[in-house]
Amino acid sequence: MTRSWLIAVVLFAAAVALPFAVPTYYVQFASKALIMGMLAMALNLAVGHGGLVSLCHAAFFGLAGYVLALLSPGYDPASLLTTLPLAVLASAFAALVIGALALRTRGVYFIMVTLAFGEMLFFLFHDTSIAGGSDGAYVNAKPEIAIAGRQLLDLGSPTVFYFVVLAFLIATVALLTMIVRSPFGHALAAARDNERRARSLGFPIFQIRLIAFVVSGAIAGVAGYFAAAQFGFVAPQMLGWHLSATVLVMVLIGGLRSVTGPLVGALVLIGLEELLKATTDYWKLIEGIIVIVIVLAMPNGVRQLWPLIFGTSEKRETKPATVAAEARHV
Amino acid sequence: MSDVALRAQGLQKHFGGLKAVSDVSIDVHVGEIHAVIGPNGAGKSTLINLLSGELFVNGGAIMLGDTDITRLAPDRRARNGLGRAYQKTTIFPKFTVHENVRLAAQARSPAPLRMFGHVRNNAAVHERTAQAIDRAGLSVRTWITAEQLSHGEQRQLEIAMVLATDPRIILLDEPLAGMGQSEARGIIDLIASLKVGRAVLIVEHDMDAVFELADKLTVMHDGQVIASGLPQDVRMHPAVRTAYLGDHGGGS
Repeated sequence: MTRSWLIAVVLFAAAVALPFAVPTYYVQFASKALIMGMLAMALNLAVGHGGLVSLCHAAFFGLAGYVLALLSPGYDPASLLTTLPLAVLASAFAALVIGALALRTRGVYFIMVTLAFGEMLFFLFHDTSIAGGSDGAYVNAKPEIAIAGRQLLDLGSPTVFYFVVLAFLIATVALLTMIVRSPFGHALAAARDNERRARSLGFPIFQIRLIAFVVSGAIAGVAGYFAAAQFGFVAPQMLGWHLSATVLVMVLIGGLRSVTGPLVGALVLIGLEELLKATTDYWKLIEGIIVIVIVLAMPNGVRQLWPLIFGTSEKRETKPATVAAEARHV
Repeated sequence: MSDVALRAQGLQKHFGGLKAVSDVSIDVHVGEIHAVIGPNGAGKSTLINLLSGELFVNGGAIMLGDTDITRLAPDRRARNGLGRAYQKTTIFPKFTVHENVRLAAQARSPAPLRMFGHVRNNAAVHERTAQAIDRAGLSVRTWITAEQLSHGEQRQLEIAMVLATDPRIILLDEPLAGMGQSEARGIIDLIASLKVGRAVLIVEHDMDAVFELADKLTVMHDGQVIASGLPQDVRMHPAVRTAYLGDHGGGS
């Protein structure tokens, strides 16, 4: 426990120090990576903890971005305090509707149904003139928090933007950790491992999964809101299955069984992309090969490297701690 | 004694043209073990699935106490006090014994789906978990992963999980299947203790165990009840002797 806390504190200190140590470009790059990490962690609540492989999380991500674009008043900044909740609400509502229908299916059918719904949202923005159709739309000014005309928080500054994203990322980790450890989280995992048994114990499987799916979609919306704010632009590709699949790869690289694994997976994949782009024109090919090797060599994600790097076996770290904590109750 | 925990009336279930269960009625009282026997294909497992809600009836009604549960989903039936153990052990293999049973205890706690607070920090759930594990005789195995248990211990775990949900009626589907003599002894004693304050319906092939445990006996054949009553009466029933017990030789 103390060791993992120490690592968390060191990582946090490094994250706080980063904007003061590197050029602006890398601060923006870090923000982008953290946003994708948030999206990957959101997806993993459904995929890893709920056993629900969704191919429509980009739609929740993109929808929130579009809400920001549509609510931004011309060339003036939108208010963060009103547009963020509305954007997240839109994503949550989409997840509620899609989840309510898709969760009636199982396994590969669930994947196909989420894919179909995701593509429906993609084509809604692609084939109609909403927000510029296939050309997309600009978010001309980054959102702000202002009271009585006085600006309190300006996301236009890359450093401020980075810290806001970092704060939301930490809140996401805290929220997901809380959910996973809660009675709800255990019921969700039980439904994943043995649906029939979980139901016969009295757990309402459909409701549990729907709640998890909506929470997951809402967090994806937070990520999408900040992505749109950062790029200053939204396009239908933001909602497409291609992004959904990329995020799924991040989750697989990072590992399905932990809250922060997908964050690591996102950082690895995005870092890898940046590195390869700078060195070769065939970066996608090389990236693909590396991803395949990672997934084959570490089926439980790159978090398997933790014990090698930090010198403790994860098993030994969690088990006695659990037993000791439970024994205290006896 | 005459407190009916579960009453099924005129249950019908057909799969296409096959009548798996036709016009089956059964009353299970609090404080008694009601055994359902019959040859393979008699509809016993279908009956259990109808009672637990994994299959819906095509006709008839099921009452759990005063509640009509005929149209309720399995999880709603469970929350109304119906617990079941499966023929094929269906525990959560990667969880410890404690985690398996705690999940069951949690399902019947006042806030089973609370999203905050660590799952370990609920004293009432923890208490019920420990009690159920103790009742099932698994205390020394509390921290073992379920997949590491022996077959017999996994059946004990099944029963511990059912106990932790504090049901009014327990459905047991062949609890002794695939079990050796010595293992079976412990489970039989455990099952005998379950009827205190609740009702037990058991489907079982082991006739010695059935006649040792059962307070009431129902015999099914081709989806129908051919006899029902006290074990000694049913044993003498002519239709039963030809249809079922005769096959086993020396049933008397």
